[in-house]
Amino acid sequence: MGEATFRFCSVVVFATIVVLIVGALGAAILTLPTEASGLKTVVDGSLDRSGAKNPVTAVLLNFRGYDTMLELVVMLLAVIGARALTRGETYTPTGAEADDIDPLLHGFVRLITPVMIVVAGYLLWVGGHAPGGAFQAAAVLAGLGVLLQLSGFPWFRHLYGFAERSLLISGVVAFLAVGIGTMIGPRSFLQYPPALAKTLILLIEAVATVSIAAILLTLYNSGVLRFLEFTRGEMIEQKERPEGVRVEKDPAEPGAEASAP
Amino acid sequence: MTQPILYALAGAVMIGIGLFGAMSCAHVLRKMIGLNIMGAGTFLVLISLARRTPGPVPDPVPHAMVLTGIVVAVSATALALALLRRYYRETGRTQLEPAGDQA
Repeated sequence: MGEATFRFCSVVVFATIVVLIVGALGAAILTLPTEASGLKTVVDGSLDRSGAKNPVTAVLLNFRGYDTMLELVVMLLAVIGARALTRGETYTPTGAEADDIDPLLHGFVRLITPVMIVVAGYLLWVGGHAPGGAFQAAAVLAGLGVLLQLSGFPWFRHLYGFAERSLLISGVVAFLAVGIGTMIGPRSFLQYPPALAKTLILLIEAVATVSIAAILLTLYNSGVLRFLEFTRGEMIEQKERPEGVRVEKDPAEPGAEASAP
Repeated sequence: MTQPILYALAGAVMIGIGLFGAMSCAHVLRKMIGLNIMGAGTFLVLISLARRTPGPVPDPVPHAMVLTGIVVAVSATALALALLRRYYRETGRTQLEPAGDQA
């Protein structure tokens, strides 16, 4: 069987599998009742005691708080894995790049940075009674971090070692601390006393916002930038140098090679 | 057919598109994009099925689950990108080798 025939056959097989799965899913969706309130009545029934007026926030941080804590643990594992794979190396603009900031971009970033911080703070606060919350606020903060890095204000890479690590784990630590704190007394893990629920949720969300933003930014740094810049040869060359020494590529080198006969 | 059901069916189609991409593309980055489209389809199904409540307010539990899912999907994608980047740097390839064809 030729290469083209094999490819054609595999596409047909894949398409058949996909059509079968989509058909089964569609049939399952069509058999559902068109009106169902799900768990809405249950959530509404205990919303008063949850410490949040927004039902999604109440589910996320109170009724299913355990779930959200493990979500932070997943993020932490992902960031540890990504950092280990890239040896903690992040994007570093060279001297020329760092000095050569467009004045318009510079002004715009300086203008928008405080606005984005305020928006993140607003999203964090509004999560208590309307759509919003820690994850949305953290996404805005992380977006701000990416903007700062790309436009030549790489503040986050100055954080390293203990400071960076404590920022990354602070969300999980705050969640665990509150959870263990609630276990003092007759309550179980993450079962907040109704009187303190709002304060505790806000505390967790505030710490988690900064922590998630740092995690997202670190993931961005270690996974996305300089993705295709290294070829295999350069990698081997870099391995031979002592650890911790940055290989600065000589800009004259490729030009010299090209002009050589 | 009501509007939520229509959106849920669109989500099922998205799952199909993503699944096809993840299965048929050889480049790992394309597989990852396919898996992400599949995830987005799953979120669309969940969100639209949560809207079947009689009142104007949807069921909050699927919404919270989707919020969790988005964050986990983003983290997993970033880890996969870091893995792919390392794989590319070590081997110079962007495709997984076929089984039994160890170089």
